[in-house]
Amino acid sequence: MVSRETGDGAVDTWRVRVVPRRGDFDVVGVEKLRDVHSLGMGHVLAVRSAKNYELRGRLDEVIVRRLADALLCDVASERAHVARVGEDVPGDVPTVEVFYRAGVMDPVALTALASLRGLVVSWGGSAEAIEAVRTGMRFEVEGVADRAELERIARGVLVSDWVQQATLSGFGRSQEASRWVTEPVAADQTVRTVAIRGVDDDGLNAIARDGDLFLNVEEMRAIERYYRTLERDPTDIELETLAQTWSEHCVHKTLKADVWYEGDDFGRPGQVAVRFDDLLRATIFEATRRLDRDWCLSVFDDNAGVIAFDDVYGVAFKVETHNRPSAIEPYGGAATGVAGCIRDIMGCGLGAKPVACTDVFCVADPRWAVDRLPTGVLHPRRVLRGVVQGVRDYGNRMGIPTVNVAVLFEKRYLTNPLVFCGCLGLLPRDMVSKETRAGDCIVVLGGRTGRDGIHGATFSSGGLTDRHAEDFAHAVQIGHPIEQKRVLEAVLRARDAEGGCLFSAITDCGAGGLSSAVGEMGARLGATVWLDKVRLKYEGLRYDEIWISEAQERMVLSVPPGNVDRLREIATAEETEATVIGRFEETGQLRLMYGDRLVGELDVAFLHDGLPRKKLKATWSRAADVRGEMLPDGVDNKVFLHKLHELNIASKGWVIRQYDHEVQGGSAVKPLVGPGAGPSDAAVIRPVLTSDRGLAIGCGICPTVSDRDPYEMAIWAVDEAVRNVVCVGGDLSRTAILDNFCWGDVTREESVGALVRACVGARDAAIAYGTPFVSGKDSLSNQFAMSEEEAERFDLPRNMEIPGTLLISSMSVVADVKRCVTMDLKRAGARLVHVRSASQTDLDEMYGVHRKVADWIAGGRVLSAHDVSDGGIGVAMAEMCIASDLGLTVDVAGVGDGLDDGVLLFGERPCAYLLEWADGDVPDDPLISVLGTVEQEARLTIDRGGRRVVSLAVEDMRTVWSLALERAMGV
Amino acid sequence: MACRVLILRAAGTNGEHEAEHAWTLAGATCEIEHVRVLRERPAMLSGFQILTIPGGFSYGDDIAAGAVFAQDLTLFLADAVRGFVDGGGLVLGICNGFQVLMRAGLVPGVDVGGGAVTLTQNTSGHFEDRWVHLLPTSGCAFSDGDGMLCLPVAHAEGRLVVRDRDVVGAMEERGRIAFRYVDAEGEPGGYPINPNGSVRDVAGLTDATGRVLGLMPHPERNVHLTHHPGWTRLSRARRPDGLRIFSAAVAHFKQ
Repeated sequence: MVSRETGDGAVDTWRVRVVPRRGDFDVVGVEKLRDVHSLGMGHVLAVRSAKNYELRGRLDEVIVRRLADALLCDVASERAHVARVGEDVPGDVPTVEVFYRAGVMDPVALTALASLRGLVVSWGGSAEAIEAVRTGMRFEVEGVADRAELERIARGVLVSDWVQQATLSGFGRSQEASRWVTEPVAADQTVRTVAIRGVDDDGLNAIARDGDLFLNVEEMRAIERYYRTLERDPTDIELETLAQTWSEHCVHKTLKADVWYEGDDFGRPGQVAVRFDDLLRATIFEATRRLDRDWCLSVFDDNAGVIAFDDVYGVAFKVETHNRPSAIEPYGGAATGVAGCIRDIMGCGLGAKPVACTDVFCVADPRWAVDRLPTGVLHPRRVLRGVVQGVRDYGNRMGIPTVNVAVLFEKRYLTNPLVFCGCLGLLPRDMVSKETRAGDCIVVLGGRTGRDGIHGATFSSGGLTDRHAEDFAHAVQIGHPIEQKRVLEAVLRARDAEGGCLFSAITDCGAGGLSSAVGEMGARLGATVWLDKVRLKYEGLRYDEIWISEAQERMVLSVPPGNVDRLREIATAEETEATVIGRFEETGQLRLMYGDRLVGELDVAFLHDGLPRKKLKATWSRAADVRGEMLPDGVDNKVFLHKLHELNIASKGWVIRQYDHEVQGGSAVKPLVGPGAGPSDAAVIRPVLTSDRGLAIGCGICPTVSDRDPYEMAIWAVDEAVRNVVCVGGDLSRTAILDNFCWGDVTREESVGALVRACVGARDAAIAYGTPFVSGKDSLSNQFAMSEEEAERFDLPRNMEIPGTLLISSMSVVADVKRCVTMDLKRAGARLVHVRSASQTDLDEMYGVHRKVADWIAGGRVLSAHDVSDGGIGVAMAEMCIASDLGLTVDVAGVGDGLDDGVLLFGERPCAYLLEWADGDVPDDPLISVLGTVEQEARLTIDRGGRRVVSLAVEDMRTVWSLALERAMGV
Repeated sequence: MACRVLILRAAGTNGEHEAEHAWTLAGATCEIEHVRVLRERPAMLSGFQILTIPGGFSYGDDIAAGAVFAQDLTLFLADAVRGFVDGGGLVLGICNGFQVLMRAGLVPGVDVGGGAVTLTQNTSGHFEDRWVHLLPTSGCAFSDGDGMLCLPVAHAEGRLVVRDRDVVGAMEERGRIAFRYVDAEGEPGGYPINPNGSVRDVAGLTDATGRVLGLMPHPERNVHLTHHPGWTRLSRARRPDGLRIFSAAVAHFKQ
């Protein structure tokens, strides 16, 4: 925060410390103690938290106390201590005081400053009496052994190192308090050029490495050639712009590569050699092109895919990943992941209104031994807790329901956890397309630009190492959901302005910052940008930092000059800012100015089309010795309960309930359904409150199947995503899907081969099921290099790599939500039937099954429907009981001959459903087998050919199933 | 004439449209305005019968939930709002709106509260979205006297705490406790029947006039057949419980 000395010598800094009146009001302290215990320090007795406000200005103790009582302290539950900074010395109890680092945004401080000034003015004082405010936390930690332990606690649970700094006291002299007011520092704005012409490959690699450009030698060569023809060297900002625009994160060069594949054929025996000129175009896009559905309103060329919702509205859906930032700072990483995805929706077409969020996390077991963590890796419990809180705080605060949730646990996500964030939005159908116009002003709407998030796009394009947390601290951004809510309100008001939308195009400012946003919008035209006009959070940013900063909560708009004033008025009314920073013009050049100096100039044709097409070789053959799923041979009550206790099976209620899944008032099928809160296969929302038309949202993800065959894995994922929406009553012929690939090391031919197989599998399934892809994204190089010594000591591979992971998200239109079906058993005496395809590879047959189930549900013949996925029919039956207050008696003899009980009950496969059949005859269909009957008594009884396998009270199953995750998380 | 409702929003308010929808279903007409607009023209309140402060995270809940919005009311609108209530107007604060009313001193009223009552963080330590049963325990303009209600809560800071035990007694005695968390049979119980650890299971408070209601649960999220988590197994003829709150308030002006 910037402040000025007034020069009268009366400026003081006061500390207001706000302490909970009772121990049980201190939920932050309680939670932190739990975290400390999970670090393996069970001997720590207590953590007590307090909020710190530091007020700087011409203030005396009386007025500071009055301010504290009026606003900062809630006297019913808190007590305030007021002292000059420096006089509020912690006692003997080991204490950690935490503040944001200078330059990092402190949203509470901004709000507090404005409100405290309001109070002072209402008492007849001057607003300037308070110059600045900063906020922080203080933790007293009782029972720590020594300073080293206190440091471990501070680093492990109290401080987010990359955005905060801490002062420790209680063991000897406390560290000197750091300065907290950033004095304005004029940045050096000298234009630097990089001598690139005539440089050899080694030199080009060195330039790429030193500049963190993440460009390979061929790409560097193309740049070198370009500048040779221009007869000059690039400036630093030009190189940065190329690196951002050409980053894997922004252009997906691996998936769009020219790929030569040799290996196993797809879906049939034998070998094949085939070339994919552009992998993505030949597979994912191809499915959409071939299906050619007229209800697909916008595919693959905007921030999100859009399908028709009804005659008036379209619905946009986008899913993003935010893996690297979440690995080093889970809370901030996940929060800004959600934030960015929401902005994608806000910037889709001429602006869509977000109506739902989704999220999927892949992490390692939260019970991972604390002494088995490679350097630079956070404990999975901390990762999961952080990402849940990050998603929760951003989505809830923006008022967007998070309705579809999945969490997967697998050892290989230890070093590279995955965070998928999705968002859906509603927009008028006549606002789906947009076009930047020459002569329009370039306007930044929203928050100010700071140094946060620099290099996020390029950082996300490489692998992780044990040094990444330190090297890329600046790549993590801080989210401010309320600022983004203001921006959203302003966008919607400007879109719906009387006389028509005030802007001709809009996009979000995400990875790559302004460089990507302006570059993309001006790709067919050209633009001049005045970087000195960009509003900054604080002084001292160089022009190139301004250009690539990924500071959050900003949108870029293309605005006809005559509309700028009205847009500004709207922004001001919503308490945000709109700033003109340049102009789009038909010059074919992107010109970057700082003041009156030209600091960079790039040919937009080269910028957007100059990237050399990657050529990749891909191979793949099925490994002979893939270890399949570990399933028990025999099953009894104990084994069955144990299965329900597995984290991949158990309830995710602990996560789901932390999200507001009902805000906006459109919830129709919730993520938890029935009196026993069972897991719904999909969520259904009613995004237009005056209509009964709905939207079903589901997802499919089966990463461990990749070990066997990524082609199969992709089919399973599409199949699951489709089953999800079919189960609740989604319209199969109005279902669209999205792909998110997260892959490991794509420098290996086998890994590229695996990627090819997944792409082809996704294409084949999408075509067979009639479900076009409308949007997608990929995140590659999800790998982690650790030292040889640690790899050996922890018995981990030196290069940890995630399993090939494909998340398929699905959305489906529901004609009337009142006809939706949920998965909880409904009626004693009804029959439970199992429906499945005979083949697991014949996609046409599998489509036929989905079609029939969808028709039966639409025809009202099904009381409850549940997708058979993780944990097989055994778990699916248990979940249907758990969700309801009823039981089941079944005989599973007809399900499979010659299989062990474990495989029969828990084995996973695609294309299978359990349906509770309403009155009337069960159709005589070879796909259907009747398993048994719904019972009044809440007990699950499973026989096989008359032999009793399991008989369990539903209450016992529910207890085990619903508490497993909370226990593993230590809550 | 239709009952007119003013829904106030501030930065971070996010429940204004669902509240508008619920009031409309109950037969009222609504206007949504930014609190800044009301600050500029406090007299506009006289054109309305009902004032609503909807849910959300006004000003990000910075400093404390509802604190800054409440300051808008106490610094700039204290007389206008007092005059509105005294003149027979109704005020409904939902979730964050309840936190605002509480911090602005509008419920349970200075005679019993006086800064000694507040809403603080749930005992669970985090935000929670779940359905609860409510028992109306004293009459107010928003209660139809028709028995229990089933509504969702979705908050992190809904635990009512008091500085001194006497305050609870005073609130009970003077009929300020409008709704309590109970189980399906109407009996009190621990978590999660009482989802946040509120003292004496308080879910909603009214003031001395009975015309102001602060409610943690969200009545506007149970106004449609498909809102209830168990709707697929319930009768389709029933009237959604949340709608009863809005209808009672609208009916108040038809008497």
